This record gives sequence, structure tokens and C-alpha cells, in this order.
Amino acid sequence: MSLHKPLPVHLQDMQQEIEVHARDYGLDFFPILYEVLDYKTMNEVAAYGGFPTRYPHWRFGMDYERLSKSYEYGMSKIYEMVINTNPSYAYLLEGNSLVDQKLVMAHVCGHVDFFKNNYYFSKTNRKMIDGMANHASTVRRHMRAHGQSVVEDFIDVCLSIENLIDPMSLFIARKAKAGSGEAEETQETPRIPAKGYMEEYINPPEFLEAQRKKLAEEQQKQEKFPVEPQRDVLKFLLEAAPLADWERDCLEVIRNEAYYYAPQAMTKIMNEGWATYWHSKILTSKALKGSEVVDYADACAGVLATAPGRLNPYKLGVELLRHIEMRWDKGQFGQEWEECDSMAVKASWDRRLGLGREKIFEVRKLYNDITFIDEYFTLDFCIEQKFYSFGYNERASSWEIMSRDFEKVKKQLLDSLTNRGQPVIRVINGNFKNTGELLLRHDHEGVDLDMNHAKDTLENLFKVWKRPVSIHTIVDEKDKLLRHGSDGYSEKAVNAADLG
Amino acid sequence: MSQKIDLDQRRFRKIIRGKIKDNLRKYISNGEMVARKGKDTVSIPLPSVDIPRFKHGGKQQGGVGQGDGEVGDSLGQDGEEQPGGPGEAGDKPGEHALEVDVSLEELAEILGEELSLPRIEPKGSEKITSHKDRYTGIRTTGPESLKHFRRTYKEALKRQVATGTYSKKNPIVIPIKDDKRFRSWKTEPLPQSSAVIIYMMDVSGSMGDEQKEIVRIESFWLDTWLRSQYKGIESRYIIHDAMAREVDRDTFFSTRESGGTMISSAYKLCSKIMEDEYPSDEYNIYPFHFSDGDNWSVDDTVTCVDILNNQILPNSNQFSYGQVESPYGSGQFIKDLQEHFAEAENLVTSEIKGKDAIMDSIKDFLGQGK
Repeated sequence: MSLHKPLPVHLQDMQQEIEVHARDYGLDFFPILYEVLDYKTMNEVAAYGGFPTRYPHWRFGMDYERLSKSYEYGMSKIYEMVINTNPSYAYLLEGNSLVDQKLVMAHVCGHVDFFKNNYYFSKTNRKMIDGMANHASTVRRHMRAHGQSVVEDFIDVCLSIENLIDPMSLFIARKAKAGSGEAEETQETPRIPAKGYMEEYINPPEFLEAQRKKLAEEQQKQEKFPVEPQRDVLKFLLEAAPLADWERDCLEVIRNEAYYYAPQAMTKIMNEGWATYWHSKILTSKALKGSEVVDYADACAGVLATAPGRLNPYKLGVELLRHIEMRWDKGQFGQEWEECDSMAVKASWDRRLGLGREKIFEVRKLYNDITFIDEYFTLDFCIEQKFYSFGYNERASSWEIMSRDFEKVKKQLLDSLTNRGQPVIRVINGNFKNTGELLLRHDHEGVDLDMNHAKDTLENLFKVWKRPVSIHTIVDEKDKLLRHGSDGYSEKAVNAADLG
Repeated sequence: MSQKIDLDQRRFRKIIRGKIKDNLRKYISNGEMVARKGKDTVSIPLPSVDIPRFKHGGKQQGGVGQGDGEVGDSLGQDGEEQPGGPGEAGDKPGEHALEVDVSLEELAEILGEELSLPRIEPKGSEKITSHKDRYTGIRTTGPESLKHFRRTYKEALKRQVATGTYSKKNPIVIPIKDDKRFRSWKTEPLPQSSAVIIYMMDVSGSMGDEQKEIVRIESFWLDTWLRSQYKGIESRYIIHDAMAREVDRDTFFSTRESGGTMISSAYKLCSKIMEDEYPSDEYNIYPFHFSDGDNWSVDDTVTCVDILNNQILPNSNQFSYGQVESPYGSGQFIKDLQEHFAEAENLVTSEIKGKDAIMDSIKDFLGQGK
């Protein structure tokens, strides 16, 4: 696929115009390279996650087929796509109206500004086009050497566990590992310095005994493997599982790509909200001709539509940003505001601070979806935007609105965003039962695992670890240990304390 | 430009094919596919294609939405697809098993491979002709709707240049009647082998819903296979108890009578249809008869054997008799047939004990390659 066809002149002019407006507003983005694609190529690129070259895998073919079908039946089309690289590549759909293209360009400016400036993207590889292409050639090389099916099957296994990573780990400075010299020093029982004649009073035998015990415990902990429960399961497997070189390469590729995509899942609401905020701002106040208003409004209404039982991240994101902007413009924040309990005063509260724009730029820099919602999703906003939480009613076997209570809605929202909506799984022990079995723990937060999937995923983990793999979780409020070994799958009730 | 995605898509189709093949017996037995038939495709649920992950079970999870509605209002039944607007889906209730569309042709191929069914050598091929119109030439008369504009104006231009009425300064070309050209067509004979399937079913009281379901599933697969072998194929449906009549497909599967059973009535009607409408030198004829094996009297069975011997067997590719086990039927008829037609090459019988046996029975019927 050729990537660099020159953009038609009228679109070049449009891009220039939009980007001038965007920069005037203070958006700061990587250079953007647009490519106009027909819908087939668009679907292809979309199936490949926005990249021209990926490793061969049937899943891309499946996604492509699904996208093509839903386009052909007129159910959906991909308006725009942009990838987080420097320069950024963005794709326009051939045959879209000029108003649509204009909207997309403004939207893309917002996204690229977000990629460049949001903290959670700061560790991503901005040359990922090359990264993906390298991954592809690594995988192809192994396929030539070991056979396509063998490698593809193993990639299936890797994909099955690709969500067991810890995106936050990139931002945590871990304590340096204790040096060997230090370890020797601590071999001796620590005693409180004392003059000779005071020794037996200051360091009595009981005290020394206690110290010795503590030391032994510490040492035992060091022998644990891993030392602390580890959320980056993939990293643990890369380091400790008995993998062939090609297997390790494949797992590394999958882990690398999972980390690349993770920030996008962590900032979906903010990112879309930010882009929507800016396409709306740029188009309505600058770039729109009178004759285009109706078409624009139509397109925009489509983007922001809500449907029962669905959360539209575009809508939530943009409304919350606007709400923040309004609050900081009017000075509706800080101690005085929090402590005011007169609705009348609050309703007409306006300090004319005009800090809104500055504030939302700060928010886009420092927050992710969870902190964004946690900090700015307020009671007023919840009521104004008519949020509700829904759940499944077994008796009516239907999904129902459960509550409009602010606390409940907010908790539900935060829960669904925690760990990108994935269960939190940690490696507890790589030498479980002292027989080299792998023990994982699911940090149960009120929602059980999907058992069918869990079973199959365990089987895949077994293929990587090559020894039996168990996961400790809670099923119907009971502690259970699910295990997959060479004798197949089994589950039994356990006592949480026994697992250490 | 060959797209890279084509390779991945081909891999995907291959995997699907493999999965369907592995689970074919299950798919055939539970009859799910029959209900999912579209015009040329069947959609098949394939949950095992999806990549498994540790993820939250759906029902405890719930989500957050936005908009009007009271607490307790329903947002949709389980499994119902939520109408989605443009934009990305957020949390959506319910989960959807992965469904893939497979063309009937491909399905037939899979069936053929799995059961190692021989391809059918059609008889009377090339003899049968259907006709197809093709636009091949131009002539000077014809209806206005077929007027060939370019040729007409070219003729007019030629005439005007030739007669000197064409002026470069005022290049107006006006065709007259003689200039007009029309597309003309030729009717070409199209060699084709034709076939007809005649389904007969006993609908007397002893054939229950389960028995009919089996017949329905089995006929779906027989249809699918035979359709993949012949271009133009017709299906006819005959139901009988003590009397036989021809019905349409829906009636065929939904009718239930309470009368007794005279199989000969169906055979008579079948042979009449064959005689009147499907000359055996032009048609490949496949009568299928499904019953629980009860017949009214020994005399009637003798009549049946007689009709089969003299009329149906000599004129059809293969006569197939499927006996569905039912708690009420005696199951005698299959024994009678086997006794009388031990030597007959183109009469096949098969006992279908339950849904699980459908696949074997299909193999019995289609394994002869006739």
C-alpha cells in the first residue's frame, strides 16, 4: 500500500486553514500527514489498527470482514482515523462531503494535540509505524522458520493474555534492588549500639531473638518469586517462563503493542471529548461557511447521539470539558464554593475569572479518564446530563435503569473504567506448591470472571508456562482456585489464607 | 493492488472452515443452521473463534448511560442488539456470539469434504437447454428503447458529411429514420442439466414434531448438497396419510393429520408428477420419502413395490427412503423395501434414530454419487 499520495489541492488548503485556527487557539500538535482512502483500504487500515503493516494474523482478516460488512449494509462507516506517531498519520474517507472532511481535520488536530501533550502518552513510541513493521518482519521470519500455523497458534495464545499488563508501571520509579554488599551486612543480627556494660540491658536475648526472626522473615520474602505480587504478568512470563527464543520474541511483540495501545484505552473519554471540543470550537467560530452549517450540525448530532444503555465517550468527554471550562470561567471552585450551601448563591455564582480555557488545557495534560471523572464528575453535572446507572434484572431478564443516585452512578462509572475495564490479575507465586506451578490472583472487586473465557485463558497460560497454572478468584462469593494442568481443567474451593 | 488484508482474510476463512468442519455433526444435529438461512448464506455462531481473555462476566457488571427514563425502565431484553448511533460504542449490555456468514455453496463443499461425498455425474447433461438472450449485434429496426445512440449519430454524421449537409460552423447532427440503429439480440441455447427433488412425507398421526424436525433438518442438507451439484433445481413437496396431495414447502413441514397411512398414495402422485412434468431423459430426479415405517396393509405395500419397480425407479437417479424412528410406528416398511429391493442399485434406505443420526443418514443418501 502506498502511503504518500499527495493530498488534493483543495484538501491541502483546507488542512492549512484548519491548522492555523487550531494553533491560534493554542493547540500544539505533531505535523499531520493526511491520506485519502477508498472505503476498502480504509477498512483494511482500520483492521490493522491504523497501521499499514502488521504481522500476519487471521484476527485482522476477521475485523476487516466485519468492518466491510457493516459498511456495505450501511450500518457504519469510519469517518476518520489517526495514529499516535510523529509525524501523525490521519486518514480521510474518499467521497465524504467537504464539510465532513473539514470536521475530521479539526477533530484530528485535537487528537494529535492530545497524543503529544497528555502525560499518559509520554512513554509511547512515536515511531510506531517502524515499530509495527519491525514486529511484522520478526513474526514473518519466525513463521518462515517454524511454520505459519505454529507461530500463529502461539500468537493466539499471547493475544489471549495481552491484557495482563500494567500500564501505570511505566510511571512508577521502583526502588533500586538491594545491592549484594548490603545483603551481606544484614546477615548479622542488628543490635542497638551500646557500651559493653550496658549490652545485656539494651540488647537482651529476647530482643535479639525477635530481631533474628524478623531478619529471617525478610529473607524468606526475598526468596518469594516474585517478591511482590506482579501485575505485569507478561513481563513475568518473559523473564521466567521456559520459552523458546521465537516464542519469547512473539510474546515481546504482543506485549510491546499492548503497551502502545494502553494509553488510548485509558484516555478514551478525554481524548474523544477533547477532539470533539475542538472540532466544534474551530468549525462553529471560525471555519464554517453559512451554507455548511446544516450539514455540520447533522454530522455533529450523529457523533454526540446517545442511546439507552450506552455510554457515548464523545458526549461525556466534551460535556465534561465544557462544564469544567464554565466552572473555571465563573470561579465555581475552591474552598469557598465547596462550602457554600445556598443553591441560589451557587446558581448565580460568577466571579468572572475567565480561567476556563487555561484549566482545560491543564486537564488535557495531566489527567486520564479515571482521574478526570473522579475529580470533575460532580453532582450538578450528573443531574444536568441525566446520567443513570443500569444493571441486569434477572427476573425480568432485561437491562434496566438501576439508579440516578449521584454516588452510585459515579462509582459505577469509575468501576467500569478501572484498569481499562479489565479484571486486575497478579502473579503471586511462580513456584506454587514448591513444584514450579504458577499461581495468579484475581483482585475481586465485586464482579466475577467470565468463567468460559477464564477456562480457555488458563489453558493458554499453561501453554506458555508449561507447568500447571492456577488462578485464585471468587465465584458466587466463594473463594475458588481454578487450575489447568496436563490433566486438564479443574476447580476447587480454597481458603484464601492458605495461598499466602 | 492486492491487499495484504486478503491474506489475513483468507486465513480467517480457512480457520472458520476448519471449525465448521470439526463441529459439523453438532451443527447438523441441533438444526440451528436451518433457522439461520438467508438467501444464499447461512450465518453460523462460532464462539470458539474469539480469543479468550480474563474478563468480567457480563451480568453483574452493568454500566452507565445517559438520557431520559425512570429507575426501573427497561433498556432492552437480554441478547437484543441495542440500536447504536454513530460514534463508538461504550459499555453495551449483553454479549454477542461471533457469527460468520458462510455461503451455501461453501457449506455444501464442507459437507462434501467431511462426508467424502462423491460429486454427482449428471445424466442427460448437455441435452437440456435453457435459453438466454444476449445482445450481440446491431440492426436497423427495433423499439426506441433499444436505440443505440452512438451508432445512430455516427450514421447520421456519415450521411450528413456524405451529402454535404454538415457544416463545421453549425455542427448540428439530426438523425433521420434510416440512420437509426438498434441493438439486436440472439437467443442462445444454454446447455444445462436440470434436476428435481420430490420430497414425500408421511403426516399421519404417528409422525410427531420431533420426527418432522428431523426431516426438516435433513432436507435442508440434502437441498444444500444437491443445489451445489445442479444449477437449476426444483423442489416439490408431497404429504400423505391415507391420501396424498402436493403442497408448498411451509405446509409440508407444518401439516399434521390424524388419518391412517397409505404410502402407495404418495408414490402414485409422485410417479404422476414425474410422468407429466419431468421426462426422465431430461431430468435428474431425486424422490425422497420420509415416514415412520407404518403402512396400512400388506396389500398397500405390495402396490408400493409395484409402483417403485415399474415407474419410479426406472425414471429416477435414486430413490431414497428415510425411516424416522417414532414411538408409534412399527418400522416395518423399511424391512419390506430392503427385502424387495436388495438388488436395486438406485434405491437407498436409511434409518434415522434421532437427530444425532442425521449426518450418517445424509451420508447414506448422498454417498452413492448418483
